[in-house]
Formats: sequence, C-alpha cells, structure tokens
Amino acid sequence: MSELNQLMNRRSLIAGATASLALPAFAQFRVEISGVGGTQMPIAIPDFRDEARVGQPVGAIIRADLERSGQFRIIDAPTTTGLFEGSQPVFADWRSRNADALAGGSAAKLADGRVDLRYKLWDVVKGPDLGGEAQAVAADDVRLGAHRIADTIYQKLTGERGVFATRMAYVTKVGGRYTLRIADADGEGGQVALASPDPIISPTWSPNGRELAYVSFETRKAVVWVQDLSTGRRRILADFRGTNSAPTFSPDGAQLALSLSREGGSQLFIMNRDGSGVRRLLQSSAIETEPVFSPDGRQLYFVSDRGGSPQIYRMSLPAGTPERVTFAGSYNISPTISPDGRTMAYVTRINGGSLRLSVMDIASGAVQQISDTSDDESPSFSPNGRLLVYATRNGGRDVLMTSTLDGKIKARLISTSADVREPTWGPFSR
Amino acid sequence: MKLSPFALTLLAVAALAGCASSVKLDEPVAVESRPVTPTGSASTSGANTTPMAESRVASVDLGTQLTAAVASQRVVLFDYDSYVVKDEYANLLSAHAKRLANDRKLALNLEGHTDERGGREYNLALGQKRAEAVAKSLSLVGVAVAQVEPVSYGKERPAVQGNDEAAWAKNRRVELKDK
Repeated sequence: MSELNQLMNRRSLIAGATASLALPAFAQFRVEISGVGGTQMPIAIPDFRDEARVGQPVGAIIRADLERSGQFRIIDAPTTTGLFEGSQPVFADWRSRNADALAGGSAAKLADGRVDLRYKLWDVVKGPDLGGEAQAVAADDVRLGAHRIADTIYQKLTGERGVFATRMAYVTKVGGRYTLRIADADGEGGQVALASPDPIISPTWSPNGRELAYVSFETRKAVVWVQDLSTGRRRILADFRGTNSAPTFSPDGAQLALSLSREGGSQLFIMNRDGSGVRRLLQSSAIETEPVFSPDGRQLYFVSDRGGSPQIYRMSLPAGTPERVTFAGSYNISPTISPDGRTMAYVTRINGGSLRLSVMDIASGAVQQISDTSDDESPSFSPNGRLLVYATRNGGRDVLMTSTLDGKIKARLISTSADVREPTWGPFSR
Repeated sequence: MKLSPFALTLLAVAALAGCASSVKLDEPVAVESRPVTPTGSASTSGANTTPMAESRVASVDLGTQLTAAVASQRVVLFDYDSYVVKDEYANLLSAHAKRLANDRKLALNLEGHTDERGGREYNLALGQKRAEAVAKSLSLVGVAVAQVEPVSYGKERPAVQGNDEAAWAKNRRVELKDK
C-alpha cells in the first residue's frame, strides 16, 4: 500500500473549496488549475532555503508539479519558515494547517559551479521522516533537479513513478514564424529544436527520447523529417510524391507508421527508421491517417473515413482487418493510447462543431468527454498514463492544457502570447 | 468564371500554333475568328505615327501569353465538405493545360487547403483529396501527370483570416502554383 493510501486512510481528505488557492508568486510560472479532485493529499512545501541564489524558484516548481498531477493539494506555507532538510519541524504546527506531508530543502552553489539540491520529506501525521536526497546538478539543470525532487516525492507518496522530469515537445507560432520547442513537462524551460518560416506539425518522440519525427512544410510540401535532439542533425524520412504526414514510432523504435499519398489518397504505410522497407498497410479509397501503435506494438489505431465519416479504427499488425473502435458521433480523430494499453484519448466533434477531448475505456467502450472547451487538439499521454496534455483555444490563442484522465484537474501550461500547439509528451528517459 | 476576349484570343493562338494539339478538352472552348493581334514587348500600335519598317516582324511569345492567361486563374474554390471541381473552372483548367503543354518543363504544385475547422492531420488529408481532384481534372484535359504534384497544406495556410463562412469559403481551395 502506498504512503498516500495510508495517509488517506488516516484522515479523510476531501479537496473542497480550498483547492488551488496556493498559487506560486512567479508570474511566468503560474499553474492555473480548474476543477476539483476527489481525494488529494494535502502537502506543504515551503520555498527552498537559499533558492534565490540559484536562479530558479525550486519550491514553486515542485509545488506546481505536484498540484498539476491532481493527486496533491498544496497547503499554503509562510515563505519565511526557514525550513530545510536539516530542520526538526514541529509537526503539530503543520497538522494545524491541515498538512499531512511536509517537504523542505535547500539550494547551494558548489565550488565547481554546480548546484547542490537537498530535500527531506516528512509524514507530519505520524511523525517519521520519509527520506530525502541530495543531488548536484549543472547550473542549467536546476529546474530539472527540482522536477526530479517532485518525482521522488510523488513516488514516495503515491507508489507510482512521477513524470515531472520528463520532457514535452510543442510548436509555437508567432506571426509567420513556427518554432518546434522541447520543454520540461511543465512546459517551461523551452529550448528551440527547429525554427522555420513554414508550418511544423505532428511532432512525435522516438521511444528512447533522443529523436523527434515531425512534418515540416519547408520544401513547400509536407515532408517527414527526423531530428536528433542533442546534435540537431536532421534527415528526411519520407519525401515521396504528394503529402507525407502523421509519423509515429513503433514501441521498439525500429519502425514508423505514417500516412503517404504517393500512390494516391492518404494511405497508411510502415517503414524502417532508416527509411527503408516501405510497405503499404491497407488498400482503400478512403482517407487513412493518424496511425498510432498500441504499447505492445501488435495493433495499429488510426483514423479512417471508410465508413463515410472520420472514425477511429484498429487493425492487428502486420496485416489484419480494420475494426471500428468509435461509434458515437460523426467525427472522431487523433487517437492516442495510454502506456498500459487500456485507455484511448481522442478528439470528438459534438453537436455544433465543438471538438472535445474524450477518453475511452477500450475494453468496455465507455466514453467520457473530459473537457468543456471547443477546439481541443492533439492529446498525448504522460509516460505514467496519469495525465494528458492537449492543445485548445483560450482567449483567442492556442494554449496547452494538462488534464487528469477524469477531467477533474486541469492546468494551463506556459504563459506566453504565442500560439502554442501540437504538444507531445516524451518518454521516461532521464 | 469567364475568360476575357483577350484570353480567348490567346487560346486561339495556342490552338492555331498546334502546340496544344494533344490536348483533349472535355468541353469545347469558344474560338474567336477575328484576326490575331500580336501583343507583347515587340508589338506595335496602330496609332503610332512612326512609319513601320517593311522587314519588321512582331514577335509572339506563346509562353509569356499563356502565363499571362493564367495569371488570375490560380485558385479553385470548393464547397463545404466537397472535393468536386465545379464546372465553372473548365476554362481555368484549359488555360493551364495549354500552358503546360506549351512548355513541358513547367510544373505545378497543386496546393490543397481546407478551412480551419477540424484536426490538423485530417485536414491535411482533406486538402490532399482536393488537390488530387484538381490533378485528375487536369489530366482529363491532357496534362501530363509528371507536370503536376498534388500536395496539401491542410488548414495551416488560410488565404484569409476569420472564423465565419465567408472566410471559410475562401480558404477551401486548391492553389495552382509554379514549382
């Protein structure tokens, strides 16, 4: 049994009206939470001692991570607690604030330029310390270090692996400029992988997290490229006659599925990651696109209008008969499968034309719409399957949101005046 | 869309020159019978008072004329959820067919576009479908497959901004662009 469950059992934790009050004070880094979770663990995490000296709001980064997960409620803490990993906290004080858990830590610059991050986690109901950690990171990796601390806290308290130290890719558009960015899982700390005057769509990660495949229009048509993130080296994967689009890696990274129009229409193909061995999967006169592998690699989900409207189908590989997966509604697109293979997230058009993020339990076919926005696009699962990131419209701009699978906790990522779109969550890798 | 008398004259020139002899039109194009008036850089005006040298030859550059003839004929619009090239574009298709037949080195990108509604990848496929519909129409009037490449921008490059039917109608299109 996880620590969270133990703590939950000791104290009834109904996240009520006080949820989401603890907004960190950093304007560029505000987690805008909407919705109220069922059960959330109340945890207090004061700012880390001396964090101002290392240039990153370490405590706020950790608080925002945990809050966005939907499994924690952040208890407001005074900023001047002086709490750090060596403190002996007075648990009664924290219990009186309704905290069940408490984390404190410190940041310090080392002589070699690295930053030493330390923390300790306490169970303030029972009293024991739940362990801690010290890590020395490069000065540019303080954010990553903070995310790693959030991951270990998450894992200690929920028993599951956290995703805060993973990365995300997305595309920003400002004026006529398109930029493919790689950012932390909270959308911050973005680095430019590709800047272009032409559209970039459909980025997708290789399973090892080292490469991105995407569609770029830089040659005046849709061509699939693969780019090594650390070296910037890029190569054309598919540049056949017509449109080359919707790439997705197989779980073992050895192959990609994609949609090509080289033989007319938009049809599904599979090829090796070096571009060899191109093989057509289906023969139809319909549109077939947006392929995605099941996590075991044995099935391919995709969008087809072979039934008259775009619906999600799946077929066994290497050559099965497509079977329809979505039945409700006349427009279901952009499937993505959870890492355990049990849940499919996709976008459905409801009456009036709104595009809504939906989630299907694949075994039962039960569907739940989990957003109330009207222009949802491009859902992508976190590698632990607990969160979705997707793009939607807000205030006349494209923005990124994360949501728990039940839709109860949503957070808007990245405060920027740019249009942000096409998010895709990277794998566990660092 | 109707061709101007000027453009029709150019078509007549092309037909007379025999350059488009292999073009099979799915609809007959009206041919005017009046004499051809040469145009272009070497043309002369009847109002000119300077005496014309007897040996002067007025040059006719069919390529230039045929390119001029398609200058305002570069966009095919589509109805909502439709991939049918409407009859009104027969003259546009003919004009491009003649131009492409006149110069086999010319090639077009047929860029399919959709309105902003719907997903990016699905719209990319829809735009491709429109581009291929135009490619098929062009092949029916004799254009060689190698001279056109149907491609798609989906909803990524709207012609006009806006989220009403007026804007959407202008964005559901195929643009015929020189490679």
